[in-house]
Amino acid sequence: MTIATLQEELIEEFSLFDDWLDKYEHIIELGKSLPLIEDTLKTDDKLIKGCQSKVWLHAEMKEGNIIFTADSDAIITKGIIAVLIRVFSNQTPEEIIQADTSFIDEIGLKEHLSPTRANGLVSMIKQMKLYAVAFQAQKTT
Amino acid sequence: MSFDVQKIREDFPILKRSVNGYPLVYLDNAATSQKPQEVIDCIVAYYSTYNANIHRGVHTLSQEATEAYEEARKKIQKHFHIQYPEEVIFTSGTTHGINLVANGFSSLLNEGDEILVSAMEHHSNIVPWQMLCERTGAILKVIPMNEKGELVMEVFENLLTEKTQLVFVNHVSNALGTINPIEEIIQKSHKVGAAVLIDGAQSCAHIKPNLQTLDADFYVASAHKMCGPTGVGMLYGKKEWLEKLPPYQGGGEMIKEVTFEKTTYAGLPHKFEAGTPNIAGGIAFGAAIDYLHKIGFEAIANYENELLEYATSELLKIKGLKIYGTSKKKTSVISFNLEGIHPFDIGTIVDKLGIAVRTGHHCAQPIMDFYKIPGTVRASFSFYNTKEEVDRLVKAVQKAQMMLS
Ligand SMILES: Cc1ncc(COP(=O)(O)O)c(C=O)c1O
Repeated sequence: MTIATLQEELIEEFSLFDDWLDKYEHIIELGKSLPLIEDTLKTDDKLIKGCQSKVWLHAEMKEGNIIFTADSDAIITKGIIAVLIRVFSNQTPEEIIQADTSFIDEIGLKEHLSPTRANGLVSMIKQMKLYAVAFQAQKTT
Repeated sequence: MSFDVQKIREDFPILKRSVNGYPLVYLDNAATSQKPQEVIDCIVAYYSTYNANIHRGVHTLSQEATEAYEEARKKIQKHFHIQYPEEVIFTSGTTHGINLVANGFSSLLNEGDEILVSAMEHHSNIVPWQMLCERTGAILKVIPMNEKGELVMEVFENLLTEKTQLVFVNHVSNALGTINPIEEIIQKSHKVGAAVLIDGAQSCAHIKPNLQTLDADFYVASAHKMCGPTGVGMLYGKKEWLEKLPPYQGGGEMIKEVTFEKTTYAGLPHKFEAGTPNIAGGIAFGAAIDYLHKIGFEAIANYENELLEYATSELLKIKGLKIYGTSKKKTSVISFNLEGIHPFDIGTIVDKLGIAVRTGHHCAQPIMDFYKIPGTVRASFSFYNTKEEVDRLVKAVQKAQMMLS
């Protein structure tokens, strides 16, 4: 599925919740179901800076697509990562680099986009795009 | 004694607002306090009726502004029981005051001299001393704390030697609320000839110190922690010390005579007050002190203690809740965690319910390392908080626990 369709899907999924409580409960569920990153990959160089909670992000190339795995010590953060991974994992570097991220706003997680919130959603997206740029550069050289 | 908290709440316009659809419960007073209408009005009055630069013009406005500013200095002097008004230096806040002193000591310290800081300092009371040590070759030593979040005084006594030149402790820890035994620390440090700086950022809103009987060499505080505006604070230094320290910044206001060959510095306090200060802020700092005196520091302390005891016992009823900082002597700060739940998650849910608490390491990472935790949730209460607000916090934390576990 393309990034755009996955985003559409998420927007629809989140529109089912009309109050914040249900929405957060859903995020927490998503966090719990996130496949965990292997402990051996939870090294300091995989830590994303600028988060109040710890976030580890790992990326590898498989058949032309980038596979992201991640973990966090905070469950809400983990839920947000799960959303990001659903959209960005298993896509080509080009698609990830070009992807628009306004769906975050549309599913009502905008407050987490604020850089002052220090939960690092912005840093996470940036780091995912950086990985994409790096893998793309590898391919062309 | 009647303490009418509902009437007091009327003084704070911000307490009427709602957040995320709920009436605001503001429990982040250790980060900054809210401001009463009187203080806000004082700032508006300055800018709308007598805004002018101070200590400069002969015109009426300038004189009115200068008088109001100097009047505020005297209010600070009186409040903290300081002997001379020129021992009160206006700063931009606690951090500025600490840096001013640390910088001044650069020229007074020698390699191998020792500086003691406590294990429960705010980063603003650690980093400037580390920088000072780098500049001078002095050595930074740490007074440890125990599991309750109290300083281990036996170790402190062993660390004190004739090499100790400076001792820095906060009166109250911002992350734990512990009230440190500063009288004893000052006395013992003076016996070996060390100077003592007390960081009053967390205590100034709750405890009114007598700086003369306390005999501290330096004391720093921020107006914004005591119902005053941000960007202004005070440094007290004993006259002998302030005369010994070199100026921190050069500029207007701090000079007596300037030629390109040599400048002679102005006397105290102006030597440390280069440039146009935060005039409105300084004057409003005075208004905040007036306001707190109207409520009364004893009444404030009694009421906040009541709140602290109530909140502690109610929170402890929640299964799996652990409080960090359990010293007998505490201000109204409760740092806690729920077993198996990240403080960031609790803070996020609680905020959604209209309650402002702080989460994270509270600029005191060494304390978090001590307890081996990523951070805590910190609720800090002020005299305008109520038991009903404590109840809302407890309910919100329970709700968060249900959702997150
Ligand atoms: C104990 C302590 N010291 C210093 C500071 C720094 O104060 P300011 O940011 O007003 O300079 C704070 C503020 O949180 C504090 O709690």
